[in-house]
Amino acid sequence: MENKINANEYWRKNLRYVVILLTIWFTVSFGFGILLVDTLNSIQIGGFPLGFWFAQQGAIYVFVVLIFVYIYLMNKLDKQYTTED
Amino acid sequence: MELQTWIWLLVGLSFALYVGIAFWSRAGSTKEFYVAGGGVHPIANGMATAADWMSAASFISMAGIISFSGYDGSVYLMGWTGGYVLLALLLAPYLRKFGKFTVPDFIGDRYYSSTARLVAVFCALLVSFTYIAGQMRGVGVVFSRYLEVDINTGVYIGMAIVLFYAVLGGMKGITYTQVAQYCVLIFAFLIPAIFISFLSTGWVIPQIGFGATNQEGIYLLEKLDGLHRELGFHTYTNGSKSTLDVFMITTALMVGTAGLPHVIVRFFTVKKMSDARKSAGWALLFIAILYTTAPAVAVFARLNLIETVSEQPYITLPEWFNKWEETGLIEFNDKNADGLVQYLAEPELNELSIDRDIMVLANPEIAQLPNWVIALLAAGALAAALSTAAGLLLVISSSISHDLIKGVLYPKVSERQELIAARLTATAAVVLAGYFGIHPPGFVAATVALAFGLAAASFFPAIVMGIFSLKMNKEGAVSGMLVGIALMLFYMTKFKFGWFGGGSSADWWWGISPEGFGAVAMLANFIVALTVVKFTPAVPDDIKKLIKRIRVP
Repeated sequence: MENKINANEYWRKNLRYVVILLTIWFTVSFGFGILLVDTLNSIQIGGFPLGFWFAQQGAIYVFVVLIFVYIYLMNKLDKQYTTED
Repeated sequence: MELQTWIWLLVGLSFALYVGIAFWSRAGSTKEFYVAGGGVHPIANGMATAADWMSAASFISMAGIISFSGYDGSVYLMGWTGGYVLLALLLAPYLRKFGKFTVPDFIGDRYYSSTARLVAVFCALLVSFTYIAGQMRGVGVVFSRYLEVDINTGVYIGMAIVLFYAVLGGMKGITYTQVAQYCVLIFAFLIPAIFISFLSTGWVIPQIGFGATNQEGIYLLEKLDGLHRELGFHTYTNGSKSTLDVFMITTALMVGTAGLPHVIVRFFTVKKMSDARKSAGWALLFIAILYTTAPAVAVFARLNLIETVSEQPYITLPEWFNKWEETGLIEFNDKNADGLVQYLAEPELNELSIDRDIMVLANPEIAQLPNWVIALLAAGALAAALSTAAGLLLVISSSISHDLIKGVLYPKVSERQELIAARLTATAAVVLAGYFGIHPPGFVAATVALAFGLAAASFFPAIVMGIFSLKMNKEGAVSGMLVGIALMLFYMTKFKFGWFGGGSSADWWWGISPEGFGAVAMLANFIVALTVVKFTPAVPDDIKKLIKRIRVP
């Protein structure tokens, strides 16, 4: 019985991580890189208009970081809620 | 050393390496043949996935496409990387936990239906064949351009190499050759980029260099925008496509990436669920190295090109210009006979046409880099094409030997027979792919978008709902996939091949291009599936148990 609760809890937390990380995923790519690109382009960082930078560089860096954050969070969660394989 | 000698040397060495690895890692069981035994280290698998994923198109054409389209090219950069976030968060770990060999395996078992399995096999074959024909062609093109052999001879050589290591080694051979191929291709892409970045801006890191200033202290991007305005092109850092279309294409490419069977299957090769997540992370990191360099190369190349040719006398142009003119990739036609090159957006006045592949292929020559760098580029392009072709071949062979023969037609087939069947189908698939490489159907280029659209419209929703919904039943999933594929095929054939009355871009639904329509078809899949499930029998209890089992480590 306890196992089952653990599994549910594990799944609930996992879903919360997924939702948060996908929100960031959407914001940096579709948000900053596409929908808000013209607004952000009025800000200049070095030689880059910011919106353009997000679309061609920033979004990709954030994607990589997001996956490694998820790996870290899930490894922690895995330890907390180990159920038999 | 002569350039030709360098090229033969480096290409020969890299091929010998692949064959050697394949021999050392040949497969003895179906588990080794389909999923490399299931014990690949996450970092090795990340490299293999990156090589598998980055095709001849990524290596040769992508920087060129960005170079000519500027901001619009971002759809490929974000689309082909963002999909890995979806893979890591929504698909890979659960499919690994499920623990079988192929995508149709999952669809067939999760939706307790042979029909679902067959639909999945059909989609997997369609997507993979579309893709592989282009790869074999790519091998032929690289051979003919660098090694001065006939394109067809190039395709034959490529076929022989892939045949050897894919048929002998299966997924195990493919995995370790792909690791080697990743190293070759990333090295080949970065060296010229670093050189050029340093020459143009003084920065060694291209990702920083293209946001920096040139010797005159002007930002490269500002300079490029200015040149573009002068010549009548849309400014480089702004797009020409509608926001909606950019949004849709990016969605279709991201979701399509996450749904491509030859990418998904790579995550079946690691030991456990957490390794599948790690693999996806490493894969994206390895891919990002190339994908963040490509837009920098695009800017350097574009600027170099315009500054070298625009309004310059034809006779004083550097040697590489004439060399690539001979290959037909650059064409100059002095319309107003003033002896100067006019490179303008206006087609009536423009005198120069440039193939986009030049931006990567001619880069080392434009920057006057040593011969061995050019040779390295040839070896890198071949590595990119061969690694993707091999990954696709495996999907085709496993779809037939495992999903069709063992899964549906003759479930009693023995392990040894299945392995023989797998090798035979792999051989047949190489021959067929080679045939398409030699006689390319005119629609190859047009259908690469179709491959993504189809994967987005079929696999992605079916797999995601299969994991995240306990309620999705076979009727819902199958009807969703069928509607998704049908809609995508209809839209593509209508606007790409002129079937069903054809139509121009003015007739696009809501102004969405066929490349972006996969996003709409995916949405249709979800809606149909979620509607049908309300009116059809519930999921059996043992399937619910299966879903709950794959959700936890």
